[in-house]
Order: sequence, then C-alpha cells, then structure tokens
Amino acid sequence: MNVVVCVKQIPDPADPGALEEDHTLKRDGKLILDESDSYGVEMALQLADAAGGGDVTLVSMAPNNETSGLRTALAMGAAKAVLVSDDALSGAGALDTAKVLAAAIKRVEGADLILAATESSDGYTGTVPEQIAAVLDLPSVTFAKHVEVADGTVKVQRQTESGFDECEAPLPALVSVTAGVVEPRYPSFKGIMAAKSKPVDQVTVADLGLDPSAVGWAGAGQEIVDVSPAPERQAGEVIEDEGDAHQKIVEFLDGLKVL
Amino acid sequence: MAPAAVPFRSVRFSAEHEQFRASVRAFVAREINPCVDEWEAAGVFPAHDLFARLGAAGFLGLEYDPGDGGQGADHGYTLVLGEELGGIDANGVAMAISVQTDMATPSLARFGTPALKARYLAPACRGEAVAAIAVTEPDAGSDVAGLRTRAVRDGDEWVLNGTKLYITNGTQADWLCLLARTSEEGGHRGMSQIVVPTDRPGVTVSRKLDKLGNRCSDTAELAFVDVRVPVANTIGEIGRGFQQQMAQFQNERMIACYIAWGQMHRALDRTAEHLKHRRAFGEPLIANQHLQYELASLAAEVEALRQVNHGCADSYLAGEDTTRLATVAKLLAGRLNRRVADTCLQFHGGLGYMEETWTARYLRDARLLGIGGGADEVMLRTLARLDGFTP
Repeated sequence: MNVVVCVKQIPDPADPGALEEDHTLKRDGKLILDESDSYGVEMALQLADAAGGGDVTLVSMAPNNETSGLRTALAMGAAKAVLVSDDALSGAGALDTAKVLAAAIKRVEGADLILAATESSDGYTGTVPEQIAAVLDLPSVTFAKHVEVADGTVKVQRQTESGFDECEAPLPALVSVTAGVVEPRYPSFKGIMAAKSKPVDQVTVADLGLDPSAVGWAGAGQEIVDVSPAPERQAGEVIEDEGDAHQKIVEFLDGLKVL
Repeated sequence: MAPAAVPFRSVRFSAEHEQFRASVRAFVAREINPCVDEWEAAGVFPAHDLFARLGAAGFLGLEYDPGDGGQGADHGYTLVLGEELGGIDANGVAMAISVQTDMATPSLARFGTPALKARYLAPACRGEAVAAIAVTEPDAGSDVAGLRTRAVRDGDEWVLNGTKLYITNGTQADWLCLLARTSEEGGHRGMSQIVVPTDRPGVTVSRKLDKLGNRCSDTAELAFVDVRVPVANTIGEIGRGFQQQMAQFQNERMIACYIAWGQMHRALDRTAEHLKHRRAFGEPLIANQHLQYELASLAAEVEALRQVNHGCADSYLAGEDTTRLATVAKLLAGRLNRRVADTCLQFHGGLGYMEETWTARYLRDARLLGIGGGADEVMLRTLARLDGFTP
C-alpha cells in the first residue's frame, strides 16, 4: 500500500520566532519537521508495514528548498519526498497551500491513502487537510485516533468531545491524525545515513501546472494588517496570612462561584 | 619533559550529527525525563525496559561494527550522544546508559572473539542484555593493580572467587566485564578481562548500596564463590586484562566528560532563566552584576571543557592515544561540575535547597564525577607522570 504524508517544515519552536516586514513568520533559517507530522509519518510506516509493503512518500511545501525536516521523516523510514519550493509561494494562505500540495500529491503514482496532521504547530489553521481532500475530490476523515486499512477501505476512530465515532471511507482517501495516534520512532544513526541518499523531487509551482501569479500573496486574497503581542498574563492576587488567609481564600473562591 | 602540545582541533558536526542530536534529545524528553522522579524515589530504574527502547532506537553500540550488532557510526556520534544524555534530569540514568555503551563494552568490541561478541555484545547493542563493568574491589579502587579477585584455570573453565564493589547496574546486569587475576605474577601483570554471566551459580548480589546521589542507578556489591566461566569468555589475550582495561577507562572518561558538559551547560541556562524571573530588591536577580559575572565565569570554564572534549574526540577519531586529553578533561570536569552544581543551588536560594527543585539532585549527583571513573587525585597522578612532573 502506498501512503502519502503531508508534512510541514517549521522554524524550531524552541527558538523565539520572529516576523518579516509583511508580518509573516520568518522562515529563512533552518526548519525542522513539525512534531505533529511525525505521528502521520509513523502511522504511514506502520500501515505500509501491516499491508506487507508499499512506499511512504512525503509531500511538503517550504521556502529555500529546505529539506532538513524532510530528512528527519526520511530517516524515520519514508522512501522519498516531493518538495514544492518557489518564491511565488510567499504569503500563501491555507487554500493556496492545499491546492499546491494537492497538485504535488498527483505526482505520486498509485497513492492509496493520504495522511496529514490535524493542524500545524506554527499556523494552526487546521483547514489544509480537508481542503486538499476537496481539491482532489477524495473522502476525508478528520481527527483520527486509530486507523486501519483493509479490503480497499480505511476504518477510522474519529476523536470527538464525548468519545469517538467509527468512520469508514473507500480508498483513496485523506485522513488527518491526532498527536498520539501512534508513538513516533526516533531516527537512528542508520536511518539518518540512509536518508541522505533517498530521492527528494524538488519542484516549482510552474512544474505543478499552476499559475505562479495566482498563488502566494496574489492568490491569498488576504493581507496581514497588523500584529500585536498577546497581553501578558495578569499577576495573581497574593494573600498574606495574618490569621485570616483561609477566610480570604474562601471569599475569593466564592467570588468565582466555584463553591 | 612535557609532551608536544596537541594541535587544536575540534569535531565539526554535520547535518547528520545534528539530526542524531535531535533524535536523542527527543528520546530523553519523551521517554526518560517524565519518569526519573519515580525512579529516583524507587532507588532503581527499569534497565531492561529502558535499554530495549534505547536499543530499538539504535542508540546503544553506536561505534561498533554492524556485524557485531553496532551502528557503524564514528566517535562524533558518541560525543553527541553523551552531550545529550547530559539533558537527563538524573545523572544516575545517564551513567547507567553510558556504562552499557562506553564502559563495559569497548574491550569486548575491540578484542572479543566473533562468538563472544555474538553472544554478549549484540544483545547489549539491542538493549536485550544489561552490561556492567566489574573492576573496583574493597581493597582496590584507584589502585587497580591491587585487585584480588582471582580466576584459576580448571580445564576449559575459569573458577572465580572474589568481591567487586560499587558496580553500576550491578543488581540488574546480565553480564559483567570483569577484571580478575589469572596468574601469580602480581601488580599490573597477570590480569584478564572475562565476560561473567550473572546467572552463573556462585554469583550473588551481596548488597544494593545506598548512595549520596545517583539514587536511581542501582549500585551493588557482588560476590563470586567458585563461579565457573568458560575460558572462551576471556576478552582478548589472557594476561593483558590490565592494559585492555586501561584503554577501556579512556572511553569511560571521555563519555563521562561529554555528559558532564551537557549537564553543566544546561544547569547554567536553567539558573540564568530562574534569575531572569526571580525578583529581589525591585528588579530581576539577573540584573545583579555579581550573579552575572559568576555565571559568565563558570560558562567560560564550561566552554573550555567542551573544547577539550571535542579535541579529545577528534584525537580519538584520528586513532591517536587520548590518555592525556581524557585525563585533562576528567580532572577539569570533576572539579567544575561540583562548583557549577554548588553555584546553581546557591543562586536559587532556599528554593534551590528544596528537593522539589532540580538543583538539589544535581548537587548530589555531580559530586560523583571527581571520584568515579578515576578520582581527581588519580587524574593528577597520571598527568604528573605524563607531563614529567615526577622525580
């Protein structure tokens, strides 16, 4: 079974992020594999393994032909990758991203299943997977906490607020997986070295048959007018104990109507 | 006469080294650190469970031949592994892992027969078997030449009698790399390294030892009474055990110093972060110049240690004898770790003295480095001899 995994390469969350003049996140440094995508990669590897074989192919969109994050997913065991990198994509919104990734997925022959995270850790729009499914006219199941494939059907336990739904869809289909659906493996030294020679198909927007003048800021239909920092958390109330601290705490909790 | 200065070099990490670093860092954050408080309280960590997961991730036996179960990596990856093991919240776990990777197995990998490596090294690389290094005895610590544990040949078997003390992983180990006297020559002569499976009749854990720090690491006193082990379990040449162990000690010292750098670097970062948030006298504590300069002063020494570590790793990669640089690093690291731990605790004030704060455990754990793996005084003795500061 051949599985495509959509993966995002993001600035390291451990480093303080910085913004460009157009208020978008600076992405000119080294990018890493979004941790939320490592679950999809692991799921894909396990499904291919359970099916008795097949390739796991990564699809990603990133500036500057960045492959660091892809190499991590290749080191985990993915076979190859398609990377879309094009200056024209600067400012791309979620729908543009979905159109580009959908076009890239079409380059992968015989894809039975497409996996994605529910949302990225830097953008959090959470809409790209469903948009890809719509563009490709595929069934999609979101928030998967368990995935099985058998007899041309994907069976998914879909996380809900009160439990989970059991869903089925015919293949090919798109499934977005939650963090924790599986335990991602750690890239080993052997995996890291093997990843060096795995193919990464680097393409531009034009290579995908899309119009470069209709993507990025031009295609986003939006601009970021202003960005302001989130308000700092207010300091809590300090109660000095002068023998009546317990009363003050009770009054405080009473004010919150939690008693 | 002092030896010619070692030309300055440093390991240059590739993108692959950095990927490996991220992999180890993620493992430590997800698989180890959430558990260490429980392991510290229990006085032991689950060696077989943890090592099996480390083995599956390919972190054990990095430099060993893939044919022997290793990964075939270069020593730069061991350096990265050590630095990242320094991010573990309890040194006891880092120490236990490094015993498996760089203290109990290098001699077997270097000098063991293919059959011996297949039986003991490969399972250790997979994390299925826990290894320990058994050298120290009640009457032979720093003075290894004084050890008394004796293996007497009886046909195709050694018959082993003696006691080993302060054995890390001692209660959980499946096999020991044990140094014993195998002839009557005395002194440095006539010792051999022998792989001793701990399930042999006559091997007993006499005591699980209670320690100041590194509490989650099981440390044991082991007794050997008429223990029969095949002579084929001898590592390398009979009678060359002391020399082989001295070489193995260099690996031990190197990994210990790589780990120590990771610990100290992290401790200074965490302390600076605390001082930025803790306010006193109307401003964050970090605004106090005394505190700034003390941290900067320690950071300079920690950086110097890292340069020695990297120089040592580079020298090892080039196939050179690292005795002098590993000795220098071990001496510096043992002394510096104590001061860093003490300063970090001091700068946390009363909070730092509390068991719930990381500084308390770090202070206890850090005290060991100047004693274990060759005490500071043994490092000085070695260095004085190597540099010609002796009569």
